[in-house]
Amino acid sequence: MKLTLHIWRQNGPNAKGRFVTYTHDKVNEHMSFLEMLDVLNQELIERGEEPVAFEHDCREGVCGMCGFVINGLPHGGRKGTTTCQLHMRHFSDGDELTLEPWRSAAFPVLRDLVVDRSSFDRIIQAGGFISVHTGAPPDASTLLVPKDDAELAMDYAECIGCGACVAACPNGAAMLFMSAKIAHLGMLPQGKIEADRRVRAMAEAMEKEAFGSCTNYTSCEAACPKEISISAIARMNADYRRAFLPGKPVGGGKLEKVKLLPAT
Amino acid sequence: MKLDARIPSGQLPDKWSSFRDHVKLLSPANKRKHTIIVVGTGLAGASAAATLAELGFTIKTFCYQDSARRAHSIAAQGGINATKNYPYDGDSVWRLFYDTIKGGDFRGREANTYRLAELSSNIIDQCVAQGVPFARDYAGYLANRSFGGALVSRTFYARGATGQQLLLGAYSALSRQVAAGAVEMHPRSDVQDIVVVDGKARGIIVRDMLTGELSAYAADAVILATGGYANVFYLSTNAKGCNTTATWRAHRRGAGFANPCYMQIHPTCIPQSGDYQSKLTLMSESLRNDGRVWVPRKKGDTRNPNDIPEEERNYYLEEKYPAYGNMVPRDVASRNAKYWCDRGYGVGPSGRGVYLDLKDAIERLGVETIRQRYGNLFDMYERITGENAYEVPMRIYPAPHYTMGGLWVDYHLMSNIPGLFVLGEANFSDHGANRLGASALMQGLADGYFIIPNTIGEYFVNERLQEVSTAAAEFKDAMADVDQRLKKLLAVNGTKTVDHFHRELGRIMWDDVGMSRNAKGLEDAIQRIGQLREQFWSDVRVPGDNNELNQELEKAARVADFLELGELIARDALAREESAGGHFREEHQTEEGEALRDDEHFQHVAVWEFTGEGKEPVRHTEPLVFEAVTPTQRSYK
Repeated sequence: MKLTLHIWRQNGPNAKGRFVTYTHDKVNEHMSFLEMLDVLNQELIERGEEPVAFEHDCREGVCGMCGFVINGLPHGGRKGTTTCQLHMRHFSDGDELTLEPWRSAAFPVLRDLVVDRSSFDRIIQAGGFISVHTGAPPDASTLLVPKDDAELAMDYAECIGCGACVAACPNGAAMLFMSAKIAHLGMLPQGKIEADRRVRAMAEAMEKEAFGSCTNYTSCEAACPKEISISAIARMNADYRRAFLPGKPVGGGKLEKVKLLPAT
Repeated sequence: MKLDARIPSGQLPDKWSSFRDHVKLLSPANKRKHTIIVVGTGLAGASAAATLAELGFTIKTFCYQDSARRAHSIAAQGGINATKNYPYDGDSVWRLFYDTIKGGDFRGREANTYRLAELSSNIIDQCVAQGVPFARDYAGYLANRSFGGALVSRTFYARGATGQQLLLGAYSALSRQVAAGAVEMHPRSDVQDIVVVDGKARGIIVRDMLTGELSAYAADAVILATGGYANVFYLSTNAKGCNTTATWRAHRRGAGFANPCYMQIHPTCIPQSGDYQSKLTLMSESLRNDGRVWVPRKKGDTRNPNDIPEEERNYYLEEKYPAYGNMVPRDVASRNAKYWCDRGYGVGPSGRGVYLDLKDAIERLGVETIRQRYGNLFDMYERITGENAYEVPMRIYPAPHYTMGGLWVDYHLMSNIPGLFVLGEANFSDHGANRLGASALMQGLADGYFIIPNTIGEYFVNERLQEVSTAAAEFKDAMADVDQRLKKLLAVNGTKTVDHFHRELGRIMWDDVGMSRNAKGLEDAIQRIGQLREQFWSDVRVPGDNNELNQELEKAARVADFLELGELIARDALAREESAGGHFREEHQTEEGEALRDDEHFQHVAVWEFTGEGKEPVRHTEPLVFEAVTPTQRSYK
């Protein structure tokens, strides 16, 4: 099949970008979307042009490295599918596709379709963990977890950190990403102990980045290739409020800077 | 080349505890003074970096991805073995050890393998404490499944994303140390060389993948946790970025490369669909728990599989191996699939496929149970092939997946270059000639959480390391070498792309250095790889510049190293005149076509020494001494 591709080309973080149109007539329905771009890039190199830079690694939908916006939809908008797992059989001969990088102030463009998502790492570093040292924790079976809780924790834990939620959000909010981690750890007994501290610290770290706020568009859930439910955000909001209930210890250091909600 | 494995004395079950009782310790104040470089943030690298930072060492960590969370351990699906014996089905440390050493066809090191089995339980405890959401039963206890090469259920899992959950656990521990200032994290950093000063590993040369800038980093020890080299085949289940550069460059600096020919071709992958294919996707081997592997009894049978009656189906694994059936180890399952496809019984458009059928399990357990166990695998299969595996059997074919070979290490996980430690898939030590399912995750985490933190300290106690600075001549020379090499790649400006050469190399490897090997094919492959390497350096086209994000240049530098390693793999396979595990020499097989070892001549590790560009490498050996087990002909009948 033959496609017309309008691809965002930008030489570097500070360069001016533009759309460049390519005609691609070597597309086969069994190819993945990234393989379609591989073939285009081979042609560009042979013609002496610069190939399109895009990120990818596992190509199995789990590393979270790939992703760009295809015709306005992150990862192409197919339910539960990352760009690397999107196959060309879902497109038709003659289709015209626009490929853009994630558009969000918190994810600056580095080159072509490649963006900087290090803000996600900084949110996790602020508190997306259980503070356990390596050593000799108690036997795993001493900690029982109801099956339903474990399953739900796993639903949230499947986040791959690709950034599609931010790209889909009109506000550029990172709420689904952040809440998925908070909900995953908060569902488990071993994660509950630090729940207050975690939600405050991660929220504070998020506010330092250029993400927007959540106003319940719910487009993040629709775009999430792991189909993570926005119930995670509801859980996080509840946790966040609980973390500031009167009588809760505020904790030392930077946590005190967090503004308290008015006590009732 | 000095190869002292430094295995502690004493009975096998006592070696590790006696090692820990007597190993020299560093004081907390002295730990702070030592900087350790960790390359790679997969299970082994992330767990090592986090744990060593917790202990007080100063850690610098490097990965090529944009975030430490993306390392390819994340793609492991099925599970992780541990000897908890929760199902009460007879498991023990000894049994996991024995299954692993037997599964590796008695080509692994006894003491290392036993230690791995011994540590397996701690790993589960550690991961649960970190919040890894393992599968549970209704009473809240941890659930287990079984895996190939074992008769017990000892595999812990988190749906079909166990690697992801374990890696995110290690990444969270690492992130905590980054925030604490104990780990300096360097993503988008391509390690290009290892720096050796006075015979000891003292640093690395790194290319910033955004700006192309080269930097030198000095340290007291270097840990490589950079994974395996299955991408030498071009098409493999590895991530596209997985590469051998750090291990190969270390080899060129003097580190012995052990058993490079031991590579695992995984039996349950989705067959290739075209020439443009960029990688192969694995379907977890756990599917073999409930799936039955078959081909039609009639050659070239193109009927819909559901229309082929039971009596016209050849369940070849169940027929040939009644005891283990579909649960035979990976090497055995792969070779049998190839056997039937080579004879014209293969299915699918290419004829390179066999059926993996879950029909009986669906009838027995219901669709819902199967969906719970393997739902994400069925979804992935559907996305890639467009077929619904709840209704038609999956088609699978073997694909390069894991490499048991790697840099030689001793019991401390130190290579023959003092101060260079190698963890996880990048080393060679625990799996012999074939790795059993669900044991790669186990090894990566055992190495990083529990072994290296106990062994690395003694190195600093014993060696009085002098201060080194990146101004030293060794750093400057290494940096100049790297710079010159990258410029040379850009300067060729030939006619063919990097991928063209990588595919060609993959074709040679798959045809002659793949699942089945013979002397003539291997000799031929050595020739052809040499020629391809020459063509690469005279005709490759790498567009762009060095001072920018240049993905083609990154690939070119990696493929240049694969073109050297590929030849060494063929040489190792040629020199090993026996069959063992994943290394199958057609000249050496039993009457029934099983791998035939030659313990008299080859019960050893082959360790290759680099002697200079264009010169033949030298093969050294470390004898494998079995004190606790007696090597036998593997039988899964």
